[in-house]
Amino acid sequence: MPITLHLPTVLAKLADGKVLDAEGETVGAVVADVATRFPALAPRLRDGTGNPYPFVTFYLNDEDIRFHGGFEAAVQDGDELTIVPAIAGG
Amino acid sequence: MAHGNGTVTLSNEEVLRYSRHLILPDVGLDGQRKLKAGRILLIGAGGLGSPLALYLAAAGVGTLGLVDFDVVDVSNLHRQVLHGTKDVGRPKLESARERIHDVNPHVHVELYETRLTSANALDIIRDYDVVIDGTDNFATRYLTNDACVLLGKPNVYGSIFRFEGQASVFALEEGPCYRCLFPEPPPPGLVPSCAEGGVLGVLPGLVGTIQATEGIKLILGVGEPLVGRLLLVDALTMQFRTVKLRKDPNCPACGTHEIRELIDYDQFCGVTPESHVTNTNEIPEITPTQLAERLRRGDDIDLIDVREPYELDIASIPNVNLIPLGTLAEALPTLDASRETVVICRTGARSGRAVRQLQAAGFRRVYNLAGGIHRWADEVDPSLPKY
Repeated sequence: MPITLHLPTVLAKLADGKVLDAEGETVGAVVADVATRFPALAPRLRDGTGNPYPFVTFYLNDEDIRFHGGFEAAVQDGDELTIVPAIAGG
Repeated sequence: MAHGNGTVTLSNEEVLRYSRHLILPDVGLDGQRKLKAGRILLIGAGGLGSPLALYLAAAGVGTLGLVDFDVVDVSNLHRQVLHGTKDVGRPKLESARERIHDVNPHVHVELYETRLTSANALDIIRDYDVVIDGTDNFATRYLTNDACVLLGKPNVYGSIFRFEGQASVFALEEGPCYRCLFPEPPPPGLVPSCAEGGVLGVLPGLVGTIQATEGIKLILGVGEPLVGRLLLVDALTMQFRTVKLRKDPNCPACGTHEIRELIDYDQFCGVTPESHVTNTNEIPEITPTQLAERLRRGDDIDLIDVREPYELDIASIPNVNLIPLGTLAEALPTLDASRETVVICRTGARSGRAVRQLQAAGFRRVYNLAGGIHRWADEVDPSLPKY
């Protein structure tokens, strides 16, 4: 399933830019696809066991994936996945 | 002549001052009286706190509380418009009070020149209607969140980094809280602070005025508050989008309510003072004076600067090897662990982490430049600018 991945600026430098095309049947598969293509980005998206961090939230079409099965959440053609890391500046 | 019903009235001067509010549907005289009776607490008088204080004061919020313990630094002024050049070196709360009273002498200002802690948070927050989170660290954000949930106070959240910002309204009965969004903070050092990573000066203006708008809406009881939604602001693409925030039934703060009292938030965020001291003691240091003397003698020392390339453009020590901290791991194979090595950054924090990383990789004679390039400028080369 081809989908669009939106990265925050702080992570974009570890990939090809802020907007990436990615493939996968689930959010976890999409993350794995991106992690393979951009190894430096991988540890910022998931922990050593392949699970999401509690301080990086993934939104699939504006819905928090934690309420839709986490990395098991199924994706459809044309979905948009947005990655929102915790920031604390003020 | 006084205008209004009940205990809160507006003087003729106030009626004139707020006239554009008074003729505004959904505000009017009743709304302006609500604002005057309103009590809003600002946690932080920095980047976000600046536009917040100015606009909330101008709007006629009757009582503004400010919590901050910092002094004005010249590097604050590119974004902290509450303070001016003449205020450098003064407590932020002093310049804040002066500026707020200049904007609107009718505002009652309550100052808390202290760090918000688990010991004082409930007492400080208890008497306010709305709390606005403009702090600059995770520990105070979780503390503010939990205190607001425990007290049932709305918490207007805003956060910024580089070119991006986030805003939401937490801790209303029906809505999610900060822990529903981010159950745990990142480990210390993973997310750079604005002092380390930089921030676009106008960005806190964008996000702070959004927070001020939400605070005013909450006091007035108009519109739809930013509850259950997270606003994402990207100044580079100038895109504003909202994603849905759900209340997590398992949230220990607002879901299961297992957090019944405030905890140790430094420990929760992994920055306990004890571990900080221990860690600092473990990092071998060299002072700029000592390093300059050894370099002058011709000692054979490798210098690694772990800042970003654009930081070296501002100020640097000659003959350093530039390896930004984020790329240190991949650069390790190119480095000789047997060499004597000094690691440099802006003030010594990032280089301290790099020293630990190099120690773990087998470096035995590796030292942190104490105080970084800032202290080098103080002790060795006063011609260098600080940033």
